[in-house]
Amino acid sequence: MPKIIVEVMPKADLLDPAGKAVANALQRKGNAEITNVRIGKRIELHYEVAPTEEQIEAAKQIAADFLSNGVIEDVVAVTVEN
Amino acid sequence: MVKQVSTVDTTKNAKNTPDKEQPWRELGLKQEEYDRIKLILDRRPTSAELAMYSVMWSEHCSYKSSKIYLRQFGEKVTDEMKKNLMVGMGENAGVVDIGEGWAVTFKVESHNHPSYIEPFQGAATGVGGIVRDILTMGARPIAVMDQLRFGAVANPDTARVVNGVVSGISFYGNCLGLPNIGGETVFDKVYQGNPLVNALSVGALRHEDLKLAKASNPGDLVILFGARTGADGIGGVSVLASETFDADGPSRRPAVQVGDPFAEKVLIECCLELYAAQVVAGIQDLGGAGLSCATSELASNGRAGMRVQLKEVLLRDESLTPEEILMSESQERMMAIVPKKDLKAFTAIVNKYEVEFSVLGEVIREPRLYINWGKEEIVNVPPRSVAHDGPVYERPVAYPAWLDNLNNNSVNHAQLRRATNPSELAEQLIQIVSSPNQASKSWITDQYDHYVGGNTALAMPDDSGMVRVSEETGLGVAIATDANGRYCQLDPYNGAKLALAESYRNVASSGAVPMAVTNCLNFGSPENPEVMWQFKQATAGLADGCLELGIPVTGGNVSFYNQTGDVAIYPTPVVGVLGVIDDVARRIPSGWQDAGNNIYLLGITRDELDGSVWSEVIHDHLGGKPPVVDLAAEKALAELLQGASLQGLLASTHDLSEGGLAQTLVESTLRFGMGARVWLNEITERDQVDLTAALFSESTARVIVSVGREDDVKFVGLCEARTVPVLRIGVTDASGQLEIQDLATWSIEELKNTHGATIPELFG
Repeated sequence: MPKIIVEVMPKADLLDPAGKAVANALQRKGNAEITNVRIGKRIELHYEVAPTEEQIEAAKQIAADFLSNGVIEDVVAVTVEN
Repeated sequence: MVKQVSTVDTTKNAKNTPDKEQPWRELGLKQEEYDRIKLILDRRPTSAELAMYSVMWSEHCSYKSSKIYLRQFGEKVTDEMKKNLMVGMGENAGVVDIGEGWAVTFKVESHNHPSYIEPFQGAATGVGGIVRDILTMGARPIAVMDQLRFGAVANPDTARVVNGVVSGISFYGNCLGLPNIGGETVFDKVYQGNPLVNALSVGALRHEDLKLAKASNPGDLVILFGARTGADGIGGVSVLASETFDADGPSRRPAVQVGDPFAEKVLIECCLELYAAQVVAGIQDLGGAGLSCATSELASNGRAGMRVQLKEVLLRDESLTPEEILMSESQERMMAIVPKKDLKAFTAIVNKYEVEFSVLGEVIREPRLYINWGKEEIVNVPPRSVAHDGPVYERPVAYPAWLDNLNNNSVNHAQLRRATNPSELAEQLIQIVSSPNQASKSWITDQYDHYVGGNTALAMPDDSGMVRVSEETGLGVAIATDANGRYCQLDPYNGAKLALAESYRNVASSGAVPMAVTNCLNFGSPENPEVMWQFKQATAGLADGCLELGIPVTGGNVSFYNQTGDVAIYPTPVVGVLGVIDDVARRIPSGWQDAGNNIYLLGITRDELDGSVWSEVIHDHLGGKPPVVDLAAEKALAELLQGASLQGLLASTHDLSEGGLAQTLVESTLRFGMGARVWLNEITERDQVDLTAALFSESTARVIVSVGREDDVKFVGLCEARTVPVLRIGVTDASGQLEIQDLATWSIEELKNTHGATIPELFG
């Protein structure tokens, strides 16, 4: 099934409490080599047929306006998987 | 990506380049303020100093427009009022002696603008910030409350703000394990582009645990602990960054902060253990203005100085410039002043809680704040000039040009139509109790944990929130807050007094003795003379009212520039009153509990519908003058309620305010699902008012109480002895109905659905 994958991350400058908690847990479990963790989200948009250029553009707009909160998050990738 | 800074702006460099252009205007400073900084320093400020002065001299931190009016809260007081005040205005929060060796500290603060930009994080960090203020006084935070004002329910943006703010508050408060015991929610189009998100916290401490934010002993260590410092909430400093970064333009730093309630919870427990071990000589939370504020205030309060190495600050993001580190508003951080001999004990405690810390420097005798970035000196200022001797303005005030017309356009002048038959009155009652502002707010308050901690005695929808402080004796405190923007728009002086009167009445209704006042003064732009006039009037009204009631203002917060475009919000001075009750088991709920009790109306009803909910909901009208305030009557009423409650005569008490008797009858019924039969003819006869006024007038100094039949003679005798007007207006019963004789009968189920459905339908 064709998909558009949207990846959203908390803005680099902002605190990511969940990522921090996981990073601390990993450190405690002995993974000293992992210095930081940041947790974002991956959203799949499914299509019947491969999305057109126009639909991909529309998906990018949806990603920016609806799927992410531009004040605290960035859309880091919008990719097509056919 | 950002490129590394090659050089920093040192004090030496500032001396050598006196004419360098600086972005003081972009940082919000006025020409005369910038000139004054140069005069203080006898040179131009470095960019780090400019950052500090600009943020500390901002309206938010310096109170430069409000200071001259806030003074009266400290001046219009008697010795009697100061008797129980352990810490008054000017500290992080006021502290009140409540007896048995206990003290409480409480304060409201605004987080309005961040909550519009990012409602969830804005509201969450608002809770976090006020809780740290309470913690800073040496107290364990024991409860929170929120005073919320949103735009019109019909506007699609309102739901975004409501949902974000409510989930932000519940997320942060619930994670911290603090009960949310009450507050207010109001919708009005004047708050559309500028919601008000005020947060209150209350904490308890033993007298000897009181802590102050000062650094006075030379040689003590300056320690920053808690979360790491990142680029949170420093959007405004980008102008400074743009000078030090390459031509790619300024890095876009976020204007908001993200909170971590679990980090805050650990910080609370860690601080309380540090206090108990007596290893901190002074403590300050980091909120607005971050390190700039904490270093300069601690030093200034202690009449000392400080030497700080900024490179010692633990960073989340290594690309931060010194200016950004000074201004960062990263949450969940505290600064402690620790005697050198106690460093080991301090370290052991913070390590136990896995809280990171770093020693930034030490306190020095010379009243000067030196901050270095590595070997280079970037700040060299008198701390007092940053923290306390900022500019003070007596801004122009002007009587609003529109006010006379508004005051003349009363309900009677506008000839607002009154209902002429019982069914129309009954219809209006339903319209009012189901209107967004009068409807049940349980959809909101049910998202908050009211009972965590096991000390909550009263919470929403009771008139005030109440928590137990001493588990041994039951000693507790009650808090209520109020503000009526519509009244204040009509008359800010009396509007502020009315807010005080209502909070006072609500606290007295719970059985507690009102003792102290806090406030959060939300206004438009102080640069608008009409807004400044409203501010002047409201502060005078509040100070005069407190003097009359004999309870002091212990602290507060001012929030200016609340406006949508050029249109200011209604003046909204939120007034919080704190009361003490010797045993929370004696609390009085706001709803009827047993069948067969008599219902009494205390106080006089006048035809006062200007500014009322009736005029708003039924006629979409605002004009005239708000109800008359009679603080002597409020005091007599409060004393009566205390007397009656001590004798165990009161089964319930509910105050009358917005929505009048109609609203109070419906809420008293719904609290515990107890029905009643009520008659209005004696009110209309005695007070010479019509049925519209009897039901919907918002005359002050009124409550209804329910009293067991066996106590009737005693209770009425008590009222007469204290000359509080008393009238029996009904009887509670188990009919499952509320009957207002000759008007209508509703089933409790029907009222519950009507009163309860509005908010979930709008936002659920």
